[in-house]
Amino acid sequence: MNVVDAIIAAQGQIAQDPFGEYSWVLNMLFYVVFIVFVFYGQKLQMYIMLKEIEGSLYRLKYIKDEGRKTTIETIKEIGKPQVDPSARVDKFLEYFMISPQNLDPAGVVWKLEHILDIRDTRFKDEVRMMAPSADETQANNLENTLEAAMALNYIYRIIRHFYLLGKKTYSLYVIMQIQMILPLVMREAEAYASALKAFAYGQPIGDGAGALVAAKLVHGHENKKIPKDCVVATVPLEGRTAFVIKAEGPGGNVGKVGDAIKMVIDENEGKIASLIMIDAAMKLEGEDVGEVSEGVGAAIGGPGVDQFKIEESLLKYRIPVNAVIVKEDIGDAVSPMRREIFESADKAIERIRQVVLERTKEGDKVIIVGVGNTMGIGQ
Amino acid sequence: MGQNSTGASKISSLALLIIFVTLALSLTALISAVTFFSSGEQVISGYLLLIGAVGLVLSTYMLFQTRSRISRLKIEVSPITTTLECKKCGFKNVREFQRGDYIFKEVEPCGKCNEKMLITAIYREARESEKAKERSQF
Repeated sequence: MNVVDAIIAAQGQIAQDPFGEYSWVLNMLFYVVFIVFVFYGQKLQMYIMLKEIEGSLYRLKYIKDEGRKTTIETIKEIGKPQVDPSARVDKFLEYFMISPQNLDPAGVVWKLEHILDIRDTRFKDEVRMMAPSADETQANNLENTLEAAMALNYIYRIIRHFYLLGKKTYSLYVIMQIQMILPLVMREAEAYASALKAFAYGQPIGDGAGALVAAKLVHGHENKKIPKDCVVATVPLEGRTAFVIKAEGPGGNVGKVGDAIKMVIDENEGKIASLIMIDAAMKLEGEDVGEVSEGVGAAIGGPGVDQFKIEESLLKYRIPVNAVIVKEDIGDAVSPMRREIFESADKAIERIRQVVLERTKEGDKVIIVGVGNTMGIGQ
Repeated sequence: MGQNSTGASKISSLALLIIFVTLALSLTALISAVTFFSSGEQVISGYLLLIGAVGLVLSTYMLFQTRSRISRLKIEVSPITTTLECKKCGFKNVREFQRGDYIFKEVEPCGKCNEKMLITAIYREARESEKAKERSQF
């Protein structure tokens, strides 16, 4: 009973004067906090943002270091080099490419293609020197692993640059712009982190959805190599003749499908009823992974050289082009293939059959191209 | 990959010491608040209660932050499965992915009919947390 009385008495006292004779302390504290926030609010906000970037930078550094470690371990394991490849890998991670000048855009595609070819040759040579014992498939996979490690290294360096610049200049706008895009940057870095293992082991990745569709159509039929790094097989499909093209697997490779399509069109003197392209495409949030959609146009990503070549070839003979896409996000595209994406290959084949039946006549010739990285996918 | 931590993942022992000392002091303040309250010193008890509660919340939050920082530094990789299929008898075998596996590769003979088996699928099953993030009511 006494305790209850004491509590009621205390409640009454606190309600009247919560801190008794010491209430001025609370008032002072309030004014101090108010003044501090008026003058230092922005600095405090910047400090919180910098701390957030710093946390992400730690994670990026960790991912980047893991990428480097995985790459070196894989090179040692597969390539059996005579000397330690670490120094060469470190040098390679800083490798860059300067895009051609486009002030006069005429002919820029060929200039870009030339630069990309040089880059590709240089990459292959470097991998050969780093991993002399690797076979062609392994060398292609190593090239992809190195590219993922390079991407992670680049992301880390960019974020570090803005973090340090923001710290140096104490500019809210420098810090803010990097803090705002940080979630998207981190998502991409996480995607490359999970890609590293897939590349090192040669596992199929989500981007290979198109290549998987083509592989399923090609399997069991004779195929021949065509330039560059592609294969083509003649497959009977719903009473039509389908030339199915994909990058040559199972090593990590996207091939130059633009050249391959041009070659098949030229060989058939342009008598192609339709070109059907299958590729993995970026899904919007809210859409399901592995959803299959259909449209028109050249479904191919990359720097644009192949898309340009395909469009040129199609325009020359006025060949209609249809596209079937498998939806996935950036994380799914570079990480090991998800079950949903794998299962969508059969749905995509069904769509192709429908397009062939609806858009072409019996006896026609069609080209079906599975676009994407064919790592871990044979034919 | 990702199971071992680097220098970046280490939480300084000084920071941990500060967190635990704050936690201990906060608990002491809360206990003292009860003691003062029962002896009739409501004002001091109120102050101690405030200090104790703030300290407790802050130190718990800091402790949680350090733990989540460690977990953030791991790269999670889902297991990859390879499906082998015998084209003759239809026998299926699912096993973990091995280096060198690829779709449409001919591998070991079938356990039932001794015909060479074919790798027909290689994929990963997305984690439940990954799927939950993708779910939307729209």
